[in-house]
Amino acid sequence: MRIGVLAVQGDVEEHEYAVRRAMERLGINGDVVRVKRVEDLTGLSGIIIPGGESTSIWRLTSRGNLMDKLRDEITNGLPVMGTCAGAIFMAREVRDRVVGETGQGVLNVMDISVVRNFYGRQRESFETTLNIEGIGTVRAVFIRAPAIVKYWGSAKPLVAYGDNYPVVIENNMLALTFHPELTTTLIHEWFIMNLVKR
Amino acid sequence: MSISPGLEYLDKLRDFLYGMLEFRDRLREVGVQWPVKLPNALPGTVNVKVGFPAMLRNGVIMDVTNVEQAQIAEEAGAVGVMVLDKLPYDVRKAGGVARMADLKVIEDVMNHITIPVSAKVRIRHYYEAVLLESIGVDLIDESEVLTPVDEQHHINKWMFRVPFVNGCRELCEALRRISEGASMIRSKGEAGTGNVSEAVKHFKVLNRAIQELSSAYREGDEERLRDFARQCQVPMELVTLTARLGRLPVITFAAGGIATPADAALMMWLGADGVFVGSGIFKSQDPRQRAEAIVLATAYWDDPETVVEAQKMVSEKSAMVGIDVRTLKPEELLQTRGV
Repeated sequence: MRIGVLAVQGDVEEHEYAVRRAMERLGINGDVVRVKRVEDLTGLSGIIIPGGESTSIWRLTSRGNLMDKLRDEITNGLPVMGTCAGAIFMAREVRDRVVGETGQGVLNVMDISVVRNFYGRQRESFETTLNIEGIGTVRAVFIRAPAIVKYWGSAKPLVAYGDNYPVVIENNMLALTFHPELTTTLIHEWFIMNLVKR
Repeated sequence: MSISPGLEYLDKLRDFLYGMLEFRDRLREVGVQWPVKLPNALPGTVNVKVGFPAMLRNGVIMDVTNVEQAQIAEEAGAVGVMVLDKLPYDVRKAGGVARMADLKVIEDVMNHITIPVSAKVRIRHYYEAVLLESIGVDLIDESEVLTPVDEQHHINKWMFRVPFVNGCRELCEALRRISEGASMIRSKGEAGTGNVSEAVKHFKVLNRAIQELSSAYREGDEERLRDFARQCQVPMELVTLTARLGRLPVITFAAGGIATPADAALMMWLGADGVFVGSGIFKSQDPRQRAEAIVLATAYWDDPETVVEAQKMVSEKSAMVGIDVRTLKPEELLQTRGV
């Protein structure tokens, strides 16, 4: 098994560590690789899009054709998990709470509508406990987090929080608006067992 | 007139109410909504304060003095901006007391860009920090570039919900700042010089000390760790954690004199998690290209081909002129402020 972490910007190391730990706990022999170039996409069993600044990730992946190739792979069924900026990057609709239309490019693969910086600024960032359907109870850290405010088609939320949906699954895609990599390996284990090994 | 005017009125009222519901849904779609109480939300925890800088990894934070520069930074792919009244280079030229930027300018920047907005406060100036937290700045830099208000102490950063970044020249200084509650560390370098040599020195000194601690930890030499903790006046637990990790336990950026894509790549190669660029961008002749090139070189520092491409995007003829650190008098050094 070979899991990639999109590594142009963001908390790549935290995800690598979480994937390694998850594999250990599941007794799976596998590799974690950084994806920075188109070549790095070959032979992956799954990919993670980390948290970070979605505008920076977009700017850097739209150089060359990394973004287009990544979109093709995901559309062709490559299992993907996006956290925070990653969820923004996969959405079909993105808006910002303060500036509205941001004009930023996204992969446009998941039937969700995302509002950036939904809860406010860093001062309003928080952590809480979520009980996620089929996964369990996790400590969730929301950092300048977006919110998934709408889903349609075959997208399905696994938990609701306030008025929005921090975890949404659609076929081979899992979007989270918080950062499991900072607190737990449970979500990574679930991703490996249920999406990658399918 | 209908025989039941009351009912007609009710129809209109019902239409109006449904209209309001639609309006609410439309607002929700764009993210505006009636305040919903978030269940069990804990703001400002250590996870939240230390987790935020982790999201800036492999990124560039750029010094800006107005909205226009902030937008250039955002368009270039910066992970954040740092709002100042004057760029460090101009602080040197202007002399006098350097203070926090205008709150109005900071708010203006916050309203126009989507990436995190940071701002600097003077060392130990609690009230500037309180003001910045109140207007909602994402990260506060307790910075030696501004004029310190206390020569002995720094702000107790545990009091704040907003994360702080502090500068350091060596490991003891870094660990003292972390024990005071800093969520992120940067090298001090020598700001406003366009000369990266001091930042290089600070990173090398930092790394060497961490390596020494790490080997003491591996050898089980608790005495050496304890001596170090005593010498630095920081908790033993923090020293042990650093030794075990083989790196600072918080995100560590390079800062001070970074002016070219190659400078940024060099600092990443020395182990920085990301870079701050101060005067280097907006004191050059080609800020747009330079900002983009430095972002590229930082993200792809481990790929010389891409750094070549980045370095070619800018011309040395347009770079900021810079100041040789050796020509500065001891009292002109910014890095020695605050220990």
